[in-house]
Amino acid sequence: MFNEMGTKPNVRSPYNVVSEWVEQTGIDLLQQRNAEAEALFRKIGITFAVYGEDADPERLIPFDMIPRVFSAEEWRVIDRGVKQRARALNAFLYDIYHRGEIIRAGIVPEHLVYQNSAYLPSMVGINPPGKVYSHIVGIDIVRTGEEGFSVLEDNCRTPSGVSYMLENREIMMRMFPGLFRREEVEPVDSYPGDLKDTLREVAPEKCEDDPCIVLLTPGPLNSAYYEHSFLADLMGIELVEPGDLFVDQGIVWMRTTLGPQRVDVIYRRIDDDYLDPLSFRPDSMLGVPGIFDVYRSGGVTICSAPGAGIADDKAIYCFVPDMIQFYLGERPILDNVPTWRCALKDDLAYVLDHLHELVVKEVHGSGGYGMLIGPKSTKAEQQEYAKRIIADPEDFIAQPTLDLSTAPTVAADGLGARHVDFRPFCLVGKNVRLSPGGLTRVALKEGSLVVNSSQGGGVKDTWVLAEK
Amino acid sequence: MMLSRAAENIFWLARNIERAEANARLLEMGRRMTMLPGSSGRDEWRSVLRASGTMRLVSQDESVTEEVAVNTLLLDEQNHSSIRSSLVLARNNAKAVRTAMTQQMWETLNTGWRDFDGMAPAKASENLESIIESVMIRTATFRGAAEGSMLRNDRYDFLRIGWFLERIDNTLRLLDVKYYILLPESDVVGGGRDYHQWTSLLSAVSAMRAFYHAYESDYAPWRIADFLILNDDFPRSIRYCMGQIAAHLNALGNRYEQKKACQDTADGLLSRLSDLETGEIFQSGLHEFLTEMMSRNAQLSREIAADYNFSG
Amino acid sequence: MRMTVSHITTYTYDPVVERTAIRLRLFPSVCDGQDVESWEVLVNGETVTPLLRSGFGDDEALFMRYDPISELNIVARGVVETRDTSGVVSGLPDVTPVGVFLRQTPLTRPSQAILDLGEGAQKDDALDELHELSRLVRQEVDYVSGSTDADTTAAQALNLGRGVCQDHAHVFCAAARSRGHPARYVAGYLLPEAEEGALHQTHAWAEAYVLGIGWIGFDPSNNICPTERYIRLGCGLDSRDATPIRGAISGGGEENLVASVVIEQAQ
Repeated sequence: MFNEMGTKPNVRSPYNVVSEWVEQTGIDLLQQRNAEAEALFRKIGITFAVYGEDADPERLIPFDMIPRVFSAEEWRVIDRGVKQRARALNAFLYDIYHRGEIIRAGIVPEHLVYQNSAYLPSMVGINPPGKVYSHIVGIDIVRTGEEGFSVLEDNCRTPSGVSYMLENREIMMRMFPGLFRREEVEPVDSYPGDLKDTLREVAPEKCEDDPCIVLLTPGPLNSAYYEHSFLADLMGIELVEPGDLFVDQGIVWMRTTLGPQRVDVIYRRIDDDYLDPLSFRPDSMLGVPGIFDVYRSGGVTICSAPGAGIADDKAIYCFVPDMIQFYLGERPILDNVPTWRCALKDDLAYVLDHLHELVVKEVHGSGGYGMLIGPKSTKAEQQEYAKRIIADPEDFIAQPTLDLSTAPTVAADGLGARHVDFRPFCLVGKNVRLSPGGLTRVALKEGSLVVNSSQGGGVKDTWVLAEK
Repeated sequence: MMLSRAAENIFWLARNIERAEANARLLEMGRRMTMLPGSSGRDEWRSVLRASGTMRLVSQDESVTEEVAVNTLLLDEQNHSSIRSSLVLARNNAKAVRTAMTQQMWETLNTGWRDFDGMAPAKASENLESIIESVMIRTATFRGAAEGSMLRNDRYDFLRIGWFLERIDNTLRLLDVKYYILLPESDVVGGGRDYHQWTSLLSAVSAMRAFYHAYESDYAPWRIADFLILNDDFPRSIRYCMGQIAAHLNALGNRYEQKKACQDTADGLLSRLSDLETGEIFQSGLHEFLTEMMSRNAQLSREIAADYNFSG
Repeated sequence: MRMTVSHITTYTYDPVVERTAIRLRLFPSVCDGQDVESWEVLVNGETVTPLLRSGFGDDEALFMRYDPISELNIVARGVVETRDTSGVVSGLPDVTPVGVFLRQTPLTRPSQAILDLGEGAQKDDALDELHELSRLVRQEVDYVSGSTDADTTAAQALNLGRGVCQDHAHVFCAAARSRGHPARYVAGYLLPEAEEGALHQTHAWAEAYVLGIGWIGFDPSNNICPTERYIRLGCGLDSRDATPIRGAISGGGEENLVASVVIEQAQ
């Protein structure tokens, strides 16, 4: 197991300052300050509701105050690798909604794309501004050793969590100003400005003035509502709900106190299904009727584009390294985690034989639900799961149980090593931008490998150390 | 320019906060009146509930005890204008327009909004004084946060308009309590008990001192009514509040370069209040006047909603 | 054949609807076998023009009203000239990859019976197989008007053994796809053979893709390939996808629908 901080006396150099600070502060004080931090979060109103659970809708996502640290050298690799991946994913989306070269070349199997419900036939032939489909790409990265960064998952639709990147830093700087004087940490606060620039860059061609940009949220009951309002506020744009928008004369408008106001760019944090009842789920009373038609006719830009979700399908994930080669002519900087596709006969046989040591996931699932963690499952659970795989092999992939790296974490009984992953947020407009930081998620339960906030995960501040 | 939904929520945020405060003031007034001699036969709490428009929540034949009144005005979730509901609604309004809130306003609202969850009426009644005080402090803190941190733009206009509309409503209701109490024993108008009832009205609007400054110690009913309705310096008087509403509606009109119907209505109400004398009010009946003002105030609220594209 | 079409759909609402949004795919395709001489679409007397052309090659228009209305009157009319192409559909400005039409939808998801039906049509030649499938669909699903509704799935219709043109097209698409033939659902009009009292109405059929030939129309309801009496409006993965009129209304009460189609051979 790779411990990010190392253990005394062999503390890894990026953690020198943090390790010293933890030692000087002492675990008792850290525990006490963890509680203070929580009170602060609650007061500011940063909460995270878990979808589909009856729990308190204003549940707080636990914050651990020991930062996760990347050296400047490590970050250079992640920075290049993430940007490379984000460009390739967008190139893939443009391709499959146009000529489908990668399919014609026999690299990605046709049926995985065209028969996938995440692929929207109505997007074929549409040219989004800048050929960008996924404007905010969240890439989940895990580490298994000193050198081993690999990508576990791509999120091309509406990845959430970036508010924690900003707020965790804010809290850390409020509580421990001295710490930031001892170590040079790259700031992350340019993210909202970068996001706004990105959205501005993809305004419709028809838009001649400074574009009117809005953030579209399903409303206060959505689990990420706090993030929506937070980002809208930092960007100085309106936070709108579907009911605030309407379509008329091929244009999207918002209702204001001054009458209708034209909208040019929509950063939507609402699923495709609920975007437009005229094109997607007809039974949904949510959404803005006609908005998809306006988008396709070039009257408004929707970020991310409807249909962008096909790129983060877990069956497509296996082909991302090939995409990088195919579209960019480059070698992938970040590797995928080895993945078996149960759709392939040999892979299926292997997976069924090794269920006890693999993690099996549903191709279309997300949020850590519906997966089998082999080493933590009973024989009966494995047998039950095997039946599901055999019934629909196409719907499953499997990966080795990764020995995720651990980072020091404040626990009830002292300092503990807990597993972490990492999600940076790459912005794609005319330029590709990446803030030096991201969301570090930590599995707070000892030994647990599930970092999802919906299943007992917490968050940490993520430090990228400045180049010396 | 702002989203109509945002304007609507800010408007109602202010109204809900003000309503919480008004209920606290009603409770305070009821508490004081029941401490006056001979109150046991008069059913003051019933008058308080009637004035708050919540009588329908209480059964007709049951006597309205302090516990019932406290439950209705403070704790009842079914009563959408109880203090507890008002604070929850205010927070929901704020949540729906998070970006239009300053951090300071939000933090004020986000603290203590669940204080009354699970509180028993008896316990609340026991600690009524400190609860009333804490509600007043909370609403005052919010007002201070808004005044101290908001930009003076259209958001601020809508907030203040909501505020003063609700305040007019509540001052009218407070005056009406007095009317209901007076009704069965009009023979004692001007008597000693009557005097105390009128002064409890003043103390419910925290205006004992202010009144004294304006009118010295002449606590005659018409003077008190004059103070609460027509005084142009007292920040809870009908006329003062209407003046503020008219000013903010006109400011909005100028900002947007659009003249709206609600501006004329508010200007008209203000000039009527300016020309009015207390004697006329009493002559044509205080209760009739109060009822008419309540309905005009509600009409103004509806006009504002229509002029600025509110949904509800 | 030159044909004049008058297609009038009237929805009445009681009480009124507060907001109305409709998407219209009521514009005849322009392709090798079909020219549009004149065509207009009016909603409550207002001319509606297409906002865009979809990846399927169909024109799409929107109609929006944000004030209360009690009636929606949709008129599509004009003159269309067609030629018999033996069912071959070419020259359509469609850009959607053929492979997309192998996708099953909730309305076409095949049951075992549909898979069996497909197997039963097996022939060495793809074209022969599709003709046989069209025949089998008609044989297994009786044409009984009113026996199914808009939400009936292909599996349900086959199980029931009854249905209308929509169900025939769904069953055909479901079985064809299960056999690896890309297939799509087509909406349009049909001029009935000159019989007294023949019912004019909107019609639905299917198209399947055959390597080396391209898209070919199949009308299982009449067990033929579309002739010059067919006017093609648009296509999709299923009826929901290809529907000529799709609406999202809010605040309305009961909806009442009256539709009439009159198609005549023009001189």
